[in-house]
Amino acid sequence: MGRWNRKTLLLCTALFVVLLLLPAILPRFYTYILASIFVTSLLAMSLNLVVGHGGLYQFHHCAFYGVSAYTVALLITKAHVPYWIAFGAGPLAAALVGFLIGWFCVRLSKLYFGMLQISLGSLIWALAFRWYSLTGGDDGIHGISMPDLISSTKNSYYFVLIVLTISLILMYIILKSPFGTTLQATRDNPERCEAVGINVRRHQLAALIISTFFAGVAGILYVVVEQSVFPDLLFWVFSLEIFIMCLLGGWFTFAGPIIGAAIMVSLRTFVGVYTEYWTLVLGVLLILLIFFLPEGVMGFVLDKFGTSATHRETGGSH
Amino acid sequence: MLYVEDVYKSFDGFMAVNGANLYVEKGQIVAVIGPNGAGKTTLFNLITGQLKPDAGKIIFEDEEITRLPPYAICKKGIARSFQIANIFPRLTVFRNVQVSILSQQNKSGKLFRSASNMAVKETYEILEHVGLKDIADHLAGSLSHGDQRILEIAIALGNKPRLLILDEPTAGMSPEETNRTMDLIKDLASARSLTILFCEHDMDIVFNVAQSIMVMHHGRTLVQGPPEQVKQNKEVQEAYLGGDEDA
Repeated sequence: MGRWNRKTLLLCTALFVVLLLLPAILPRFYTYILASIFVTSLLAMSLNLVVGHGGLYQFHHCAFYGVSAYTVALLITKAHVPYWIAFGAGPLAAALVGFLIGWFCVRLSKLYFGMLQISLGSLIWALAFRWYSLTGGDDGIHGISMPDLISSTKNSYYFVLIVLTISLILMYIILKSPFGTTLQATRDNPERCEAVGINVRRHQLAALIISTFFAGVAGILYVVVEQSVFPDLLFWVFSLEIFIMCLLGGWFTFAGPIIGAAIMVSLRTFVGVYTEYWTLVLGVLLILLIFFLPEGVMGFVLDKFGTSATHRETGGSH
Repeated sequence: MLYVEDVYKSFDGFMAVNGANLYVEKGQIVAVIGPNGAGKTTLFNLITGQLKPDAGKIIFEDEEITRLPPYAICKKGIARSFQIANIFPRLTVFRNVQVSILSQQNKSGKLFRSASNMAVKETYEILEHVGLKDIADHLAGSLSHGDQRILEIAIALGNKPRLLILDEPTAGMSPEETNRTMDLIKDLASARSLTILFCEHDMDIVFNVAQSIMVMHHGRTLVQGPPEQVKQNKEVQEAYLGGDEDA
């Protein structure tokens, strides 16, 4: 396992360097698309913490992403607070809402958990959609100015890449920690966990707070890249899309959701140019996936090239 | 050490446990026997908190634990195995046991330390004792039925219990595996000075191992005492040893 770890570390560093250099040669549009992929990746990764590793039916994850994005946007445009304070407040707001909704949800089992989440999350969406005087309703908020340091496409790309990398490292550490190991145990068998002395609900709630915090970080990045927010960010259909990203990439692996996000964003961007029915392509892709790669793209790759079982547990690479 | 006093539990009008009494003294191996459906598993679920009794009292080390949630009961020093292999199938054998040790050490909430070098010695020590060390890095879900049952016990040991409760530890095992498991249980009791409470429906196994036997029938305690005394009890002979030997 040691050798494999060194190899993946080397690979990831190389990938990071390549991504750092890319904007120098890529046209602006592609730099922007890559940045969007990064933002969506982080969102999908944060969801997968609780879905893939925690086994929770987090059906309305983008609500927390939206809460953070709106918090940042409103604090900057309405309250005129310094940027960095607004950036700090976003994820905290997301985690707070995550805690409140999670507190109710963890008391329910599986599907009911998901149903309650969709309802409570949709409530937040309705708030953003209807409260014209504050949120601008379905117009959203546009032209949010960014500090000079990260306002250009290139610089926002760097900012997103660095924040994504830090977040991924943190998530990786958390997943490999006793907390993460125990979380996976609660996914596999909550009853057994209770019997070995683990307060399963409390553990799941903690995982939800962490997951929604990272969704909030993705929310900041969205504002940085798009400099606007609108209610679709917290519409439940988008939550479904993130869920599918985890599935596509492989939700029992660490890096799978990144691949899922890359596939989805690329599909929407490049197939979406030709037809508004790009979701048809997605549908076919999903059917093929379920038949041929039930463990997701990353799960398949690890199956073929991964080595030990320990490795397959959480999927070592990212 | 453990006292169960007049415990009742019904499911939709069916009295699964209908006045059960049980006492376990420190250092003993105690068996609960009774035909299938006698309420043995329900009784164990009541003791370890998976179910809440309708009436009655459960006292462990002078402390009432009657309506505590399972994780709290575990923290008091009672660990258990389940009748159906109840493991973490997507984790390795090593991790299965490690999770339970981390919980016992109150380290399950640690966020920023790598789990891979925590509680390693303790985990291997238990795996070695039960004979699963060689397959420590296999996924638990891929083990044979017998090995999964042993892993169950290993997980329970990770909690460093003072009282170990085993729900039909030999269910579904071959005679050979059964003997090995019973030897293991005897060995665990002496090597770790554990008090063990287990249930079985196969009488022969029980009489060799247990120092005290409680007989259940239709959810009720018929008698509890040392093996010879239980063997000679009229009621027991009628209810169990006599006519229908379904074991």
